[in-house]
Amino acid sequence: MNVFNTILVLAAAFLAVFGETVFSAPRHLFGAQIDLLPALMIYAALNTNVVSVSILAVAGGLWFDALSANPPGVTILPLFAISFPICVQREFILRELPFAQLFLGALASAVVPVLTILILLSDGNEPLIGWGSLWQWIVMTAGGALATPVIFALFDWCNHALGYQPLTETSFRPDREIHRDKNVK
Amino acid sequence: MFKRKNYFALGAVVLVTLAIFSLPPLAASRLKLVVGSLFLPLFGLANAAQQASVSAADAILPRRELLKKVGSLEQENQQLKILQLQSSEIARENDQLRAQIGRQKQTPWKLKLARVVLRDPANWWRTAQIDLGSRNGLTANLPILSPEGFLIGRVSSVDQFKSQIILIGDPNCRVSARVENPTHDIGVLGAGGPLDDSLVGLSYLSSGANLKSGQSVVTSGEGGIFPAGIPIGQIVDAQQVDFGLYTEARVKLDANLGALEEVWVLFP
Repeated sequence: MNVFNTILVLAAAFLAVFGETVFSAPRHLFGAQIDLLPALMIYAALNTNVVSVSILAVAGGLWFDALSANPPGVTILPLFAISFPICVQREFILRELPFAQLFLGALASAVVPVLTILILLSDGNEPLIGWGSLWQWIVMTAGGALATPVIFALFDWCNHALGYQPLTETSFRPDREIHRDKNVK
Repeated sequence: MFKRKNYFALGAVVLVTLAIFSLPPLAASRLKLVVGSLFLPLFGLANAAQQASVSAADAILPRRELLKKVGSLEQENQQLKILQLQSSEIARENDQLRAQIGRQKQTPWKLKLARVVLRDPANWWRTAQIDLGSRNGLTANLPILSPEGFLIGRVSSVDQFKSQIILIGDPNCRVSARVENPTHDIGVLGAGGPLDDSLVGLSYLSSGANLKSGQSVVTSGEGGIFPAGIPIGQIVDAQQVDFGLYTEARVKLDANLGALEEVWVLFP
């Protein structure tokens, strides 16, 4: 983990929120907009530290709420609630496996909207929910699940292309090289 | 495993969230405004890219096609001028009749064209933002019409450069609507379904409402936000609810809310 990775994730979250407001293709095709923030939170939870995860939850949540009719701050807790336990327990997760990424992406994309709606309802808001919301929830879950391995692959590529790669040092030391000579007895 | 740093992070996020939740409404809307303004450069870029693509498409359009279009627009313009003459005569006559029966003179609508710059990223709201703000004279609760003149919602909040509009079908956009039938039944247009944005519910109609499929629904003028007579949609079906106390109907909207690019802001 380095600062570059954190900046990259924050920039991606900023662009993802903007993209969700401008590109309505998923809404026209599937009847629901796919949220990429939960998938980005999973990436951050598995590849950065808890400080980066916290910053991403606060910034991403605020950006999302600023462009939607949500009261400000509603999305912060659901994003943090799904990524914090994963960040703490990540030593036990096979994070390199695409199936694990897919599963965690699906889990996050399913939990975040449910928690957000629960907070909205408990705050006295009236979100637009009905039987059709079930379909939207399935679309969001599937979309988030599929996006997660793609995000992992993209960030890996970005890190390789732009990030600092430490040189691998050899244990060979020329001053301790043993020179064999036929004169040596 | 659970280090002190984790406790600090957890506490900080919870504290920040609680602080934002406890902000007074004005401060909360200011915070949204400030955070939302971070996206202005991106919206400017998207707008410039869209305009560039439109001008590129215009540049490759053949001259013959353009002349044909100009010809048809001139013809349409002449027809509209004749219609305007006719309607101004009707308006004058209407004003005279209203004056005779002691009713207030009707003021003509003032409209301003706005571009829809973004849609709500959350699936549980039906809102959008337009590129006109308080510097263009917009205030909250101004009615919003589709390019064809159908009601689509109202302005909910305004900042200097852009405004948020709530579309019909959102639970926070209620419209007093009148059915164009012999009994002129009045009801409240409320929330629609989460998936189909072309259908909304018309509730609190009287139990004896005489509703038939295809009857037009327009604004009733009650409530003080929407002027009377703006077309909204057509009745699809109706049913009795609450043990026959009320009638509830489904209305198919005339405007296509899924493909909004430009809208009219109606100034009273």
